[in-house]
Amino acid sequence: MTAFNEQSRQQVSDIVEEMKNLPGAMLPILHAIQDAQGYIHTDAVSIIAEGMAQSRAEVHGVISFYHHFRTTPPGKHTIQVCRAEACQSMGSRQLEAHVKEKLGIGFHQTSADQQMSLEPVYCLGNCACAPSIQVNDDVVGRVTASKFDQLVDQLSTQALEVK
Amino acid sequence: MVKVYIPRDTTALAMGAERLATELAVEAKNRGADIEIVRNSSRGMFWLEPLVEVETANGRVAFGPVEAKDIDSLFDADFVNGGLSHPLCQGLTEEIPYLKKQQRLTFARAGITDPVSLEDYQAHDGFKGLKKALEMSGQAIVDEVKNSGLRGRGGAAFPTGIKWQTVHDAVAPGDAAQKYIVCNADEGDSGTFADRMVMEADPFMLIEGMTIAGLAVGATQGYIYLRSEYPIAHQLLNEALAKAEAANLLGENILGSGKTFHLEVRLGAGAYICGEETSLLESLEGKRGLVRAKPPLPAIVGLFGQPTIVNNVLSLAAIPYIMAEGSKAYADYGMGRSLGTLPFQLAGNIKRGGLVELAFGLTLRELLEDFGGGTFSGRPMRAVQVGGPLGAYLPESQWDTPLDYESFAAVSAVLGHGGVVAFDDTVDMSQQARFAMEFCVVESCGKCTPCRIGSTRGVEVIDRIVNDENREDNLELLNDLCDTMIDGSLCAMGGMTPFPVKSVINHFPEDLHKPVTEDMAS
Repeated sequence: MTAFNEQSRQQVSDIVEEMKNLPGAMLPILHAIQDAQGYIHTDAVSIIAEGMAQSRAEVHGVISFYHHFRTTPPGKHTIQVCRAEACQSMGSRQLEAHVKEKLGIGFHQTSADQQMSLEPVYCLGNCACAPSIQVNDDVVGRVTASKFDQLVDQLSTQALEVK
Repeated sequence: MVKVYIPRDTTALAMGAERLATELAVEAKNRGADIEIVRNSSRGMFWLEPLVEVETANGRVAFGPVEAKDIDSLFDADFVNGGLSHPLCQGLTEEIPYLKKQQRLTFARAGITDPVSLEDYQAHDGFKGLKKALEMSGQAIVDEVKNSGLRGRGGAAFPTGIKWQTVHDAVAPGDAAQKYIVCNADEGDSGTFADRMVMEADPFMLIEGMTIAGLAVGATQGYIYLRSEYPIAHQLLNEALAKAEAANLLGENILGSGKTFHLEVRLGAGAYICGEETSLLESLEGKRGLVRAKPPLPAIVGLFGQPTIVNNVLSLAAIPYIMAEGSKAYADYGMGRSLGTLPFQLAGNIKRGGLVELAFGLTLRELLEDFGGGTFSGRPMRAVQVGGPLGAYLPESQWDTPLDYESFAAVSAVLGHGGVVAFDDTVDMSQQARFAMEFCVVESCGKCTPCRIGSTRGVEVIDRIVNDENREDNLELLNDLCDTMIDGSLCAMGGMTPFPVKSVINHFPEDLHKPVTEDMAS
């Protein structure tokens, strides 16, 4: 996923070509690229800029404005910890500290073995069963330190099985 | 064949509904039980999720919260035939007091139907409002909405009918003359999930409401701007859109009426500010979500420079009921100038968290105690934040305030989108004040100085107060800073960030005077 080769270049071009005539096409294009490649590579920015008749600075400006878009490859698994008030009222500050310690990384970082990325999130809409985290595509409610450890252990085990 | 309902709402799934559904199906097969599992959505009683319901001759019987480990004992207790003896049995769902005491207009179908079944929707009065609207003039629809007294449920509480009238009367400029309906589905407030529930439990209702809005003002294109944090809502909305189009309830020549309305879902990208309507429009246009100065109002110069209705999910979701049952039926609920119902969302440190739809006017305390049942932790409740991260923290002395827009404004608080987040007595309010500023640092669009710089300075000043550096001077500075942000910010992000901060200064001053502990320093 990390190398931006000819194939990735072609994929970006195809996405831009296919979607550029949508009204307000920029966000749908960026989503499509990130969904396909996991992040938006610097070299993709020039292709988007050219296709959309905008400057690279303008495209970069949009990408950097939104928390969802990333310009570096994510780890194999992404964990988002909710930092908003409902989760705070149920101990998310302590949970957050535990998560960072367990994973050995801070927010916006990826572990050295490329297994885990950690991101903050402000509300997953699961506020009645706080604190909440999201592991890849799944929201998990009422997370405790031990429940979190189990989740991470499961992810690591599955990673081994795949190999 | 017995119908067994297991929700696929985000919260139910977050509490294990998927695994439960899979294992329950396997066990039913092993035991030769003849059941059909229907994936409904949540009733909004989230402390009972996953809530399994079984259809019986007397109505649905509820069991919850059910974990996979309970499956065996449920079958042993013959839950398929409504085995009331099981300890998880909650009796008839509709008789559960939390649900029974509600006045559900917008959420009448939530949890009852399969959210993407067009047949279910139509069997429960779905598209009745649209069919009426197709027979009416745009002005007549606008009048109906005006008479209902509906006010925007996004937080600002602007009368919906007036907004619609403005767009109705506006002339779309240019060669590409077009009016738009934009649904603000960027529900970013902590403690709110009513929009998510609408989209996950009853997506056709939102589609119907937006189509009626299109007919009312002559807009043929709509967008639902959905936050990217709601992938399940995204999937269900798209499924529902495809089905509505296939049934000619959406698209060209709706039901042969000659009227057209197209609808598309667009994803946001994790920016809180894009819940602000002008920032949302910038984002939809493919730009950074910087707020626009108003005027001009979006109703006159909105999406792509054209007249645009921007309404919240709940506002649009209220429309089908108003059109089907008439504006008077809706306006009969509520009090004063706050008419109809508001879906309150009980969250945070609360025993029975969930969705409570009621007419305006009950008190916050009734909501917290009668419905919420006190804190989850069992400790005394100390502070309640109402209206999201920009809403004030209310101390117990204010909990008897009636839940309506004017009463809340009178105590310098806001009702916002109806989110209520409870905290117990372990909360450190100085840290909550600090977080309000910190959140603004992270989420400010950066266009205006009071919000962009003020929030960063706010964090620093609060840190100095907590560290007892020139405390009195810094408290004065914090007050000044709050006033500057309130008066000088371009939009509600900077203009309201001081609300929670000021509420801490006014109602929880003791927490700003505490000696520093290790916990705070971390």
